[in-house]
Amino acid sequence: MQDVAIVGVGQSVFSRKCGVSIRELCFEAYTEAMEGLDITNNGIDASIICSAPEYDKQRSPAGSISEYLKLTPKPSFYVETVCSSSSTGLRVGWSLIKAGLHKVVAVIGFQKMSDLTSRDAAERMSRGGDIIWESPFGISMPAGYAMYARAHMAKYGTTEEQLAKVRVKNSHYGAANPKATYRKELSLEEILGSEVIASPLKKFDCCANADGASCIIIASRDIAKRITNIPIWIIGLGAATDTMTMSGRESLTGLRCAQEAAKQAYKMAGVGPKDIDVAEVHDCFTIAELMAYEDLGFAKPGEGVGLIEDKETYVGGKIPVNVDGGLLSKGHPIGATGGSQIRTIVKQLRGEAGETQVKGAEIGLVHNIGGVGQYGNVTILRR
Amino acid sequence: MSFENFGIVSFTAETKASDFVSYLEKGQVMATRCRKCGTNYFPPRMDCSKCLSSDVEWFEIKGEGKLVTYTVVNYGPTGFENDAPYTLAIVDFDKVRVFGRLSKGIKEGDIKPGMKLKVLPVRLPGDRIGYEFQRV
Ligand SMILES: [Zn+2]
Repeated sequence: MQDVAIVGVGQSVFSRKCGVSIRELCFEAYTEAMEGLDITNNGIDASIICSAPEYDKQRSPAGSISEYLKLTPKPSFYVETVCSSSSTGLRVGWSLIKAGLHKVVAVIGFQKMSDLTSRDAAERMSRGGDIIWESPFGISMPAGYAMYARAHMAKYGTTEEQLAKVRVKNSHYGAANPKATYRKELSLEEILGSEVIASPLKKFDCCANADGASCIIIASRDIAKRITNIPIWIIGLGAATDTMTMSGRESLTGLRCAQEAAKQAYKMAGVGPKDIDVAEVHDCFTIAELMAYEDLGFAKPGEGVGLIEDKETYVGGKIPVNVDGGLLSKGHPIGATGGSQIRTIVKQLRGEAGETQVKGAEIGLVHNIGGVGQYGNVTILRR
Repeated sequence: MSFENFGIVSFTAETKASDFVSYLEKGQVMATRCRKCGTNYFPPRMDCSKCLSSDVEWFEIKGEGKLVTYTVVNYGPTGFENDAPYTLAIVDFDKVRVFGRLSKGIKEGDIKPGMKLKVLPVRLPGDRIGYEFQRV
């Protein structure tokens, strides 16, 4: 069984309203991923298309996207774990290569959310909760994470100001990311003064809906070495689930699915939290980044706030996190997000991250969560 | 009333647990228990995932529960736009953990994790029915 490497990464510009079609968004991500590779469309053995359903009209999007990218007649199919769909796609692609069925696979994630009003998008997300017992009460994504935030505050004394500091950091780095939706630095006062969406989370504690696409191209060892100069190796994969219902959650101060996925990924990679040089975590809300620090073992439970207070998750700190601005700055085109996170870590490990480069980064981690902690995915990469 | 009348907006017409709504009409909020292995369930379910039996019975959620966490939602999804602000909460009772809404009669400043609450059926606009958490 050959090792599997990431050989190409790309993403479209993420924006509130892209003004083009989904297949064209995917083309933008795909061409960036193919840049510099000694391979053509013909060399791609299969494509995995990843998104959350019901945001657009096209049924079976794998068909239209594989046609537009001329990936036909090779196999193409659809994978979904809402916000972590493209990490799940990577996991499936990895196993296809490991099994020897294919040698090169393209994992393409997308979402075009601007076709819906923001309330209608919230309604889709609400139905990402349990539709029989919880959606009828008006649950939403911010509400779900807000309940985690409130429980974290009650147990550990976490404050709204500490949550806001996560956005201060991510807005700082987002300003330097040409592909981010929001490129404005935000002050603590602006964040704390923004309107309350679902208490204690305010507008600037929340990421925004966006349009975007991402593409990751993976290959078996022999091909990877032939078609690229800097293969980035997939050394750890973890995936887990938690209940769809909020009432089924045993813990409301951390995401069990992330803790379990992290444990698996560290074990497979043979590394621990201290070995990670740079990380991308799923900061759909500020509380989500704080919990990620703890769920990934960068800090003990309840002590994640210390990392943001001491600026240890900035470039130059112990463990730089979301130095591309995170979902909070980039926006969150659901199915494209995991691929965008992977792209950032790959660029860091290749030494191509420009002004936000973490010097000498060799091992990176991606934490990508689906729904309100329903699907946990952790991926560890090495140069 | 049928199960379609459950909650502010319903997305499901049919379930083996639809008697939940009949109990609400009678003034009771119910959970289920597996007769074979004794596992308690909320949300109620008529199939036990632990022992795979479908021999389950209803029991009423009585007494005081403790507020685990809550959020005041100011921006509702489509279908809930005229409903906000509303407060979602999770409350631990003796045998089950329950997700629902806090009574609008409780002021935001008075809400504290750990506070004691009871759960009661509530009639909703448009001939609908649900339940909510109220002060003990
Ligand atoms: Zn049983």
